[in-house]
Amino acid sequence: MTSLLEVENLRVDFPTEDGVITAVRGVSYTLERGEALGIVGESGSGKSVTSLAILGLLPRTARVSGSVRFEGSELLGRSDNELSSYRGRHIAMIFQDPLASLNPVYTIGDQIIEAVLAHRDVGKDAARRRALELLDIVGIPHAAQRMHNYPHEMSGGMKQRVVIAIAMANDPDVIIADEPTTALDVTVQAQVLEALEAAREATGAALVLITHDLGVIAGHADRLCVMYAGRLVEQGTVEEVFYTPRMPYTLGLLGSLPRIDARTHERLTPIVGAPPSLLDLPSGCPFRPRCPLAQPICAAEEPALFGVGKGHSAACHFHEKLINAAAREIFQ
Amino acid sequence: MSETKERPGMGEIKERTQFQIVRTRFLRHRLAVGSLIAFGLIVLIAYGGAALWKYSHTDITPDNSQPPSLAHPFGTDSIGHDGLAQVLRGMQQSIKIALLVALIATGVGTAWGAVAGYFGRHVDNLLMRLADLVIILPAIAVAAAMAAVGGGSWWSIALIIGSLASASVSRVIRGVVLSLREQDFIEAAKALGASDLRIITRHLVPNALGPLIVNATILVAVGILAETALSFLGFGVRTPDISLGLLINQAEGAVNTRPWLFYFPGVFIILIALTINFIGDGLRDAFDPRQTRMRR
Amino acid sequence: MIAYAIRRLLVSIPVLIVSSFLVFAMIANSGDPLEALRVTNPPTPPETIALEAKRLYLDLPWYERYWVWLTNIVQGDFGPSVNAREDINAEIWSRMWVTLRLVLLAMLVALILAILVGVTSAVKQYSKLDYTATFFGFLFLATPSFWLAILLKELGIFANQADGDPESRIFFTYGERSVFLEDPTAWNQAVDVAGHMILPTISLSLITFASWSRFQRASMLEVLSSDYIRLARAKGLRWRKVLTRHGLRTALIPLTTISALDFAGILGGAVITETIFGWHGMGQYLIDSIRTRDVYALMAWLLLAGAIVIIVNLIADLLYGVLDPRIRHE
Repeated sequence: MTSLLEVENLRVDFPTEDGVITAVRGVSYTLERGEALGIVGESGSGKSVTSLAILGLLPRTARVSGSVRFEGSELLGRSDNELSSYRGRHIAMIFQDPLASLNPVYTIGDQIIEAVLAHRDVGKDAARRRALELLDIVGIPHAAQRMHNYPHEMSGGMKQRVVIAIAMANDPDVIIADEPTTALDVTVQAQVLEALEAAREATGAALVLITHDLGVIAGHADRLCVMYAGRLVEQGTVEEVFYTPRMPYTLGLLGSLPRIDARTHERLTPIVGAPPSLLDLPSGCPFRPRCPLAQPICAAEEPALFGVGKGHSAACHFHEKLINAAAREIFQ
Repeated sequence: MSETKERPGMGEIKERTQFQIVRTRFLRHRLAVGSLIAFGLIVLIAYGGAALWKYSHTDITPDNSQPPSLAHPFGTDSIGHDGLAQVLRGMQQSIKIALLVALIATGVGTAWGAVAGYFGRHVDNLLMRLADLVIILPAIAVAAAMAAVGGGSWWSIALIIGSLASASVSRVIRGVVLSLREQDFIEAAKALGASDLRIITRHLVPNALGPLIVNATILVAVGILAETALSFLGFGVRTPDISLGLLINQAEGAVNTRPWLFYFPGVFIILIALTINFIGDGLRDAFDPRQTRMRR
Repeated sequence: MIAYAIRRLLVSIPVLIVSSFLVFAMIANSGDPLEALRVTNPPTPPETIALEAKRLYLDLPWYERYWVWLTNIVQGDFGPSVNAREDINAEIWSRMWVTLRLVLLAMLVALILAILVGVTSAVKQYSKLDYTATFFGFLFLATPSFWLAILLKELGIFANQADGDPESRIFFTYGERSVFLEDPTAWNQAVDVAGHMILPTISLSLITFASWSRFQRASMLEVLSSDYIRLARAKGLRWRKVLTRHGLRTALIPLTTISALDFAGILGGAVITETIFGWHGMGQYLIDSIRTRDVYALMAWLLLAGAIVIIVNLIADLLYGVLDPRIRHE
């Protein structure tokens, strides 16, 4: 049986003035119907570019190769018009910045109705009723009045709910949410995530949740992919990866997270250094310069994803060393 | 000022100053670099060429109304003036005026806009209404009226055009200053007790340098187009002196019979303004890379 | 919105008054309008000169003269012209329509062309069309308007002579209308006026078009790279619809402000165009009044020009409020 969404060996290059930047270097993952997959990484790790590539929304200069299959049919290489019948209908997307995602010159009602009518041949009245229903699901009070508001008349959290309503307008099979709460106040983040859950429940869609916030992943995802410098470096169920990370980077990420079950005097352990420039990747494993376990072999050879458990794989030459290791011990 | 720093995992990275970054970006802009060289050559020809050429712009040769030839590459007019000598002199005057226009407009406009933006409130209101006074009137009409009164010399024309142009410069600089004013380093300077003058001259103006330089460059092109238009109308540079605009004015009646007198000065105005605009474009890209992506 | 418009107009009155005072002070102190009368041969009788001086209020100090001028203006009287046979009021109003029809048409042509070319350039960025448009944009921006106008006029004359018949004419190259029309029906007059407008309109609009199309291209590119365009695409809208509904609609807004700001410049450009094509419009009137030191005529000109610019900017502001829901004029 084919998976709902299969990404295979995806590679994205951007030619720039300073040379070709390879933002995504061979990423593969699958998404099953109804599943919630989290993708974690620092900015520049290629997590957003991966999802934009799936929908063909990258700038024209981008060169994309590999394979993206939705229900078994290939999406890469299709014309923009063909892809537009998938966008919103089968795969919907929620972007990071709700402040900029809505067109300032149209009312939010118009923008939701437009999304409904993009894939459904229903009358304007039916579309309006659907829009009201959607606003209700994402928890916008006084939906009928709110329909006539312009984006600038709403708060960031409200706008992001509108964007979520737009994403679920056509009962998509997949919703890709790219850092949906990053630009928002901490206080409204939970509400927006709640709206996202409501949208999933109403549509039964699978979710790809892109974030740098492991806390969000823990609460909302079943499986987890960790990205670093354009590659997957670890993937597995949230449970497996959280409790037995097998890649130093993941371990570091978890170590820099405050934990409620930690002993009181345990200090957070940050990862030293910054992610490498994509223009000038170090040889071998890209995490090597920041890695406390680095050995000569790490400079010579970039590790592949090794299977380390059931559905759990990690890209580290020393993944075995990491069994039951604590971040504090590795990153002193 | 370049130093090397060791960062974990990053190898050696050269930290570059703003100037070096801008220079590198500018040098990558081939059209702008070519234009800079071309403009340099034009200036060199205007001044050096005039000194070397066998005729001066006041010489009256026995050949009148001659089409371009080896003896007179740009032909001669009906009196017998050598066309090349006249165009070279016209270029000198026009370039001189245009550069002075840019200098005056930038200087006056920067002070104007910086003071308005920095002090805000009533000062801002007053100074910007003053800019409105200038901006609501067609500049060429005001310049013509002013030049008819106090014009004549090349520097008075530059002064008139430059001060009129400073009004729009002041608006640009005010905008930049307004956005800078709220930033932390200005607050910090204030907290440390720096005087207003010091904050404006040491913190605001240097940080507005990018837009300032780009604007000044574009103003050279604005200056040459304004001066030649004014001279064409008869209110700018006047006979016996020469500007490119005046040459075109004198050639207007004889475009059919002596086309060389019309085309050569025009082509040089276009060349000067075009190269300046390309240089300005390159500088804009160099100072503001974000805009580059947007604009091209 | 009407209250806003009225308030804006009221605010601009002091601007016009201060402006007029400064200009008046400058011109009134700059020379003798009666100089021509004083140097005639045989000499003009002193009584005549005195009479002329009195008619032009030259017997008063300049600030009192300004006051007289201002009180006249309030009553709709622009004051006496140096040329005794000329009535500034009658002259300038009729000339204003001649100039305005040129300026407004040129503006319209420039706007339409700029939007078409600018938007197409942005959508087809880096295409041959984009490079060509960019090249001509830069070229026209660097071209002196008077040189371009003369060139067009010469091309018109050349086209007229090209068929070998000196009598036939395709383009009119002189005046805003024919002095003598054989069969002056309304239709023929309209055709005649339109024919005279072709070349001046082209020459006045080309340079404005160049700068506006560059601006429109940048504005469209900025919109195209915006997040809401990406969301519109993510909704599944076809590219064409994304372009027209979300791209064009939003990218047009900034042009309203820029075109209004440039209006004073176009009015100034018309001075040059009219000079070259021999129009009897405001441009020629300006040049003449500067040459003859006709203070009141010049003041009338500047006042009218300033008022027109203010009104055009007000209209643009109101339009902006309609186009952009983020702006509300109360």
